[in-house]
Amino acid sequence: MTDVIDSLVCIPPGSRLDAIRAQRSEARKHAQASYASLFEPKDLAGVSADERHAIAAFVTGLHGEPKTDGFYVAKLPAGLRPAVATEVAAAKTTGPYGRFPKGPLSAEDTPGPSWKASDAGRAALGPRLSAAFEHTHMLVFHPRDAAAPSLQSLLDAGWSTTDIVTISQLVSFLSYQIRVVAGLGVLASTL
Amino acid sequence: MSNDKTLTPPPHTEPVVFTRDMLDWLPWLEPMAEADMTEHHIKSLVDAARVKSPYFRLLARDPDVLEARTRTDKDIFYNPEAGLPRAERELAAAATSRLNGCIYCASVHARFAATYSKRVDDVQRLLDEGVEARLDERWEAIVAASVALTALPMTFGKEHVERLRAVGLDDAAIADLIGAASFFNWANRLMLSLGVPATQPK
Repeated sequence: MTDVIDSLVCIPPGSRLDAIRAQRSEARKHAQASYASLFEPKDLAGVSADERHAIAAFVTGLHGEPKTDGFYVAKLPAGLRPAVATEVAAAKTTGPYGRFPKGPLSAEDTPGPSWKASDAGRAALGPRLSAAFEHTHMLVFHPRDAAAPSLQSLLDAGWSTTDIVTISQLVSFLSYQIRVVAGLGVLASTL
Repeated sequence: MSNDKTLTPPPHTEPVVFTRDMLDWLPWLEPMAEADMTEHHIKSLVDAARVKSPYFRLLARDPDVLEARTRTDKDIFYNPEAGLPRAERELAAAATSRLNGCIYCASVHARFAATYSKRVDDVQRLLDEGVEARLDERWEAIVAASVALTALPMTFGKEHVERLRAVGLDDAAIADLIGAASFFNWANRLMLSLGVPATQPK
């Protein structure tokens, strides 16, 4: 299988960056294995392929890194694309923000929105994906605000504990992959 | 409606500052019971001792992702060949965790950064004052690059690469920094959202 990070950064075999990535061959191999186990798993369990791709396109849209966004949007069923694009446009903000536990760090509390899907978005996405998108927005922009009630909202929408682990890994992995693609892209442009 | 429920952690004290102390971590969702774990689940832990950790037993519910995550993590941080010295990979992890607000992750990686660099005061200043803390030019360049990769919108650009080169990082070291800061954007989100840190009983 094509290495997604190599392909998105455009790292040709034999290039300088190819040699640098080869020095961390386990990280390279297992970043790809992480992608494969999230998006092409042996068993999709409780999170369907369309749900995985919809959440991914929402994450990449919020980050605004064009290469990863193009890659994941292309995997979305056409019927979901307008709703995802509309929710991305409404949800996009800056980060990280959020509250700290009450105490000396409260001076660093940075307020910001708790985003909710629009009524039209909710109708197009359904209750499960709407809840997943709302949780995703928090993970992307204000992860330190996460607490039991955010997880309870996912359970209430029908996701199981195991599904929540998968969704959390998916959003968090993409937070890594997007930054590696962006960072190596900048490094490549200076070589 | 799922039959699963969030957990109410036992009575505990949440840390209210960034610290290098050892912390506990209490899950908000039910980890797998050790008795229910198959060979596949155990293998996904990579280190068998992690079966005692509620964090890893929770992540073991999706074993293939956990195993790939862990092997990615280990190579980025522990591979001693070339690249960025271990102390500074840990510095990038601690700076990323400081900015995202992950008190648990920051505690672990600030301890490692202090141990490997012997610069306890600088590491503690990063924890106390945040990512704008005065360190020295090399460490400030590493922290600034980690911040530029972590904040949204991302602002990491050629100027960061040039500043890193000016303080002595080669291309492999810069690639390691990108790997370490990016990886902690993965780790912080899991730690912050699936449970809560707690101070250890004295």
